[in-house]
Amino acid sequence: MSDFSKLNRRQALKLGAAGAATIGATPLFFSRNAWAETFANDPGNKASVTLGFNVPQTGAYSDEGADELRAYKLAVKHLNGEGDGGMMNTFKPSSLKGNGILGKKVTFTTGDTQTKSDAARASAKRMIEKDGALMITGGSSSGVAVAVQGMCQEAGIIFMAGLTHSNDTTGKDKRRYGFRHFFNAYMSGAALGPVLEKEIGNDRRAYHLTADYTWGWTQEQSMRAFTEGSDNVDGMDGIKGIGWENVAHVKTPVGAGDFSQYITPVLNSGADVLVLNHYGKDMINSLTQAIQFGLRDKQVNGKNFEIVVPLFSRLMAQGAGENIKGILGSTNWNWSLKDAGSQAFVKAFGAEYGFPPSMAAHTCYCQTLLYANACEMAGTFYPPEVIKALEGFSFDGMGNGATEYRAADHQCFKDVLVVRGNQNPSSQFDLLEVVQTTPRSQVEYDPKIFGGELGPYKV
Amino acid sequence: MKQRFLNDTNLLLVFSAAILLMPIWLSPLGAAYPDLLQKFAIYGIFAIGFNILFGLTGYLSFGHAAFLGVGSYAAVWSFKLFTMNVVPAVFFGVIFAGLLAFLIGYISLRRSGIYFSILTLAFAQMSYNLAYSVLTPITNGETGLQLTINDPRWIDSMYITVEEGLPSTNLFGLKMSGYPGFYFCAILLIVCFFISLRIFRSPFGLMLRGIKSNQNRMNYTGLNTKPYMLSAFVISGMFAGLAGSLLAVTDPLAGAERMQWTASGEVVLMTILGGVGTLIGPMLGAGLIKYFENIFSSFNKNLLHEVFSFLPDGVEDVVVQVVSLFVGGGWHLTLGLLFMIVVIFLPGGIVEGFQKFGGVFGYGKNKNSDSSPQNQAAE
Repeated sequence: MSDFSKLNRRQALKLGAAGAATIGATPLFFSRNAWAETFANDPGNKASVTLGFNVPQTGAYSDEGADELRAYKLAVKHLNGEGDGGMMNTFKPSSLKGNGILGKKVTFTTGDTQTKSDAARASAKRMIEKDGALMITGGSSSGVAVAVQGMCQEAGIIFMAGLTHSNDTTGKDKRRYGFRHFFNAYMSGAALGPVLEKEIGNDRRAYHLTADYTWGWTQEQSMRAFTEGSDNVDGMDGIKGIGWENVAHVKTPVGAGDFSQYITPVLNSGADVLVLNHYGKDMINSLTQAIQFGLRDKQVNGKNFEIVVPLFSRLMAQGAGENIKGILGSTNWNWSLKDAGSQAFVKAFGAEYGFPPSMAAHTCYCQTLLYANACEMAGTFYPPEVIKALEGFSFDGMGNGATEYRAADHQCFKDVLVVRGNQNPSSQFDLLEVVQTTPRSQVEYDPKIFGGELGPYKV
Repeated sequence: MKQRFLNDTNLLLVFSAAILLMPIWLSPLGAAYPDLLQKFAIYGIFAIGFNILFGLTGYLSFGHAAFLGVGSYAAVWSFKLFTMNVVPAVFFGVIFAGLLAFLIGYISLRRSGIYFSILTLAFAQMSYNLAYSVLTPITNGETGLQLTINDPRWIDSMYITVEEGLPSTNLFGLKMSGYPGFYFCAILLIVCFFISLRIFRSPFGLMLRGIKSNQNRMNYTGLNTKPYMLSAFVISGMFAGLAGSLLAVTDPLAGAERMQWTASGEVVLMTILGGVGTLIGPMLGAGLIKYFENIFSSFNKNLLHEVFSFLPDGVEDVVVQVVSLFVGGGWHLTLGLLFMIVVIFLPGGIVEGFQKFGGVFGYGKNKNSDSSPQNQAAE
């Protein structure tokens, strides 16, 4: 039966030796050039640099991903001196010249994260290894951001996080090569707490439905700490809260589609507030179902039942339609802001695509410009120098007022917007009204509270 | 036995050469970068292992992703707790996957046909949910298990001085990212291919094929087929565990989505696409699917405009619009079409395509039966 009877010991040894020789020699051949480089994907004398835009094109967060990609393309245009320049005209202090980055034309490559850590890392690796991307940016999920950020640290490639709201991204999972412009769950909690106290009172009983991954966990943790006080919440200290009580906190899978089995128990739980720690299509589905189940028309404990969505975006508001009216939440940025930076961005984005940008688009656009600017400031693409230029960098004119990239954890600190679903929208995009702009000082925290280490500059 | 076009020794040689030289012959296809090459080798192992069960015995397991996931988790925990050396990681990955396979196999193999498939699917889905939300202290849920600077790494901390930053996985000092990682996986793939070859040619393999063609008759002759089935299932699970641990070796992260039913379905697709029950087929299928997933999904409109720039403007726009449906986010569509074409016209997979092609030139006529596409799952 066996053809291997022909293969005697001597032949087998020869085979093995030949194989070993091939294996031994090939890696040398392929990595010959690797050692000549001083850093990964050095553009050297090339006329262009490549940026990697890694966004969800499929899955629960694909709407955000599509908008992020639009913003990236717009940012590339502006960096290359095409179009009206958008926020490049309002961004201060700016070293950008509108001739690409350090005189090199900006090109890009795209990929689909599928909102899965594995797929996102594979896609980012392709950009780094095959397309020579010098910087990776994007993503609309903290799980993905944390995974890709860890990979980028190992590869020595800077990662400019897109939409990621978990405390972990710049908390316990922070990395030297990762930067986040977006705000986080802690800031949402800090900004929302006082507003909730004023708007719906302080003897409330809350029921949390939470997306079951890093973002949902820290979002729930922060919201509970700032409403119930930090005594009952793991990982939070010294926060007073507004006297709320916790009825239950239930984790739901991401992309569940149908949340009815999670919402039915809320009806008779004795809770009078439902906090939806959901995002993207999940939030659209869970909110729509909560409204269909008549939660908002209910009276519990002699009070009107209220729903809170701590992280809000216009894209989600659009998806949820009527259901969003009157619901409180927080957001990183909204297109209706009147400052010069926001207006310039909305104008440029509107001229290009015919509708206003979402907050996901805004943060991605800012991140691209901030990276380019840091390269110009450093005068090189060498990552450790670019990182040093970004650390502690203070800027203005990007739609959030005065903003600082804190050196200790690579988190941007700026004012936070508390918003409410607009009762009388004037257009299909005018969905959120700003209730309050919470000043930076109120949402700031000690970088040590979340633990984690940034790691080395040089890898 | 009739003379085959390639005898086994030559087959192994050609296979090894093809695998080790992938960085060269795949570069015109845009696929010669370490991450994708590693994926080719790793999913090749996964598919080869799956084929030992499905190809030989006809038992269709819909839960192999569970073993892949367990292999990954075991490997990452080995990195976290013991050492960054990959040898223990691979060892634990294979062992834990084997144990789980024994457990699931022992229960599931009481049934055959569709009931067996459903049972394995149920077990895999249970494992997935455990990893996703119940065992989060062990698996870190949806976020995925990652290394941290503060991991104990007991063995490493005894012998190696701690450097700043995260250590990388290594084989006695050789870093397992990039091309060295690929060659490590490639060598294991060749070893796995060799083992699979030996199983196909062995009396044990013959017994498994007997089970596929008529298990009842085997039982009536007084033979207990259960131990053979269970061994095949466990071996197949260990292959999957090896693949899972290699995923963690080349990129130390383990996520629950590796255990999802879509991942189980993917390996079934790979095997069917390449050719069920053939030696090379599953590997080809794995390569093709990973190629689509990584390369087709990266094509965007700008690239298409470049490719079709030779066409007149109006025509170019139309062509780009149509083609863009099938690339980028729509790569699944292309894969689906390809799968339909293969299943309808080449039920024996790509390998049958090669045989038909070879038949035109007068080869393949005396192919033996081990690559025949008939004899699907017997009940």
